[in-house]
Amino acid sequence: MRYSAKVMEHFQNTKNYGKIDNANGIGKVGNTKCGDVMWIYLKIEDEIISDAKFETFGCVAAIATSSMAVDMIKGIKISEALELSNKAVTEALDGLPKEKHHCSVLAEEGIQAAIKDYYSKTTK
Amino acid sequence: MNINNYFDYNATTPTDARVFEAMEDFYKEKFHNPSSFYREAGVVANEIENARENIAKLINCKPDEIFFTGSGTESDNLAIIGTVRKLKDKGNHIITSKIEHPAVLESCKYLEKNGFEVTYLTVDRDGLINLEDLKKAIKSSTLLISIMFANNEIGVIQPIKEIADIAKNNKILFHTDAVQAVGKLKIDVKDLGVDLLSLSSHKIYGVKGIGVLYKKKGLRIEPLIFGGGHENGLRAGTENVAGIIGTGKAAEIAMEEMETEELRIKPLREKIIKELFEKIPELILNSSATNCLYNTINISIKHIEGEAILALLDAHGMSFSSGSACSSKSLDPSHVLLAIGLEHAEAHGSLRISLGKYSTEEGVNKLIEVLPPVVERLRSMSPFWNKG
Repeated sequence: MRYSAKVMEHFQNTKNYGKIDNANGIGKVGNTKCGDVMWIYLKIEDEIISDAKFETFGCVAAIATSSMAVDMIKGIKISEALELSNKAVTEALDGLPKEKHHCSVLAEEGIQAAIKDYYSKTTK
Repeated sequence: MNINNYFDYNATTPTDARVFEAMEDFYKEKFHNPSSFYREAGVVANEIENARENIAKLINCKPDEIFFTGSGTESDNLAIIGTVRKLKDKGNHIITSKIEHPAVLESCKYLEKNGFEVTYLTVDRDGLINLEDLKKAIKSSTLLISIMFANNEIGVIQPIKEIADIAKNNKILFHTDAVQAVGKLKIDVKDLGVDLLSLSSHKIYGVKGIGVLYKKKGLRIEPLIFGGGHENGLRAGTENVAGIIGTGKAAEIAMEEMETEELRIKPLREKIIKELFEKIPELILNSSATNCLYNTINISIKHIEGEAILALLDAHGMSFSSGSACSSKSLDPSHVLLAIGLEHAEAHGSLRISLGKYSTEEGVNKLIEVLPPVVERLRSMSPFWNKG
């Protein structure tokens, strides 16, 4: 298998998946045409991400990056979560095959979309 | 690895122990170049001719209509490119289908870049071409029709005899990529009326690195590889002797065992389909119910993606293929599944189960036990699965 042990670990023992019923920030990114769809659910309280979960339709890399990215933003400030780069997620997984790079980009975009959704709801 | 858990016979088959045994001496004592003068070389050359005869018997042709190449892909390339190059003064049009193997499709694309015109016939939900479409596609410039015998991904079997008749009536040559059909179906090239047929050794419990092209006697095509005049000038290069011997043995075994294998495998296939459709909701059967190889099942498991399914099955030591983009190294899922009308998401969620000589009831039972929870787990993570 061309995935790192870390990727397989996150794929096989996936954490943080499912919906958050009272989420106040939801990001939906990707499309079925290219085969990866990621929905990120955030529960934000006092500018801190108190809970984060994901639902993903996609390959091993898509599921592992979702799991890792969500793990990395739990309990941190929104401002810090916005700084989370796809590179940091990839590094935390000990790398991804080149053709799976877009999966880590999707995770970054998903989190940003969820935070944007939170701001659009709270500033109304 | 446990061979019971191997479900990817359309990708490749293990070398039969009898094949391996037949080959062994040609890596040891009988190492001689069959083109050389001395008696040992003559022995090797004779053995190659015996192998050629066994392969000829398998598809009912004459030994001198059998040519050894380096792969099924090379046979397809040679059949298509070699034929139209020879006939280029008479026309420039080729007819094929949208669900061919890349060995055929990429040959056609190459020819399109070099002045040839190609019609890619569409297929129906079962993967069958429409014979009326084929007739309508024929032009005065049509040189060759190339339609695969049986599809590697979904197993659909095309009406080869009818296609050959249409080709003959229009004085057009007909090639069929029979890589997945040979060794599984009884094939008689004379009765079918095909002009060119490709097969591959490693799909019939032979070896990797040997393809075969059947070329009807009298038909002249251009070689792609030039050199010392081997294979009657059609394919230069010192023969892969052991591989050829092994392929001959594999053909002999296939002749003997094909029918009993079909009877043994058919019920296993039926059991898998019945049980999986009972146990897993929202499945799509992509394989034709009426015109399908008896060893092939292609399903789409809705709301989840194929590579993820393969990885979880692999964790159970079980081997399968998928038509998802992730298993094809491009962003697009299988061209075959899209051609039969699947949505992208459905094609991404496909699983191919292909059975063979060492498939057992035990392995099938394990598949039926392992797949439902794998599907359930991935669906529980999917945004498209209604968990309600």
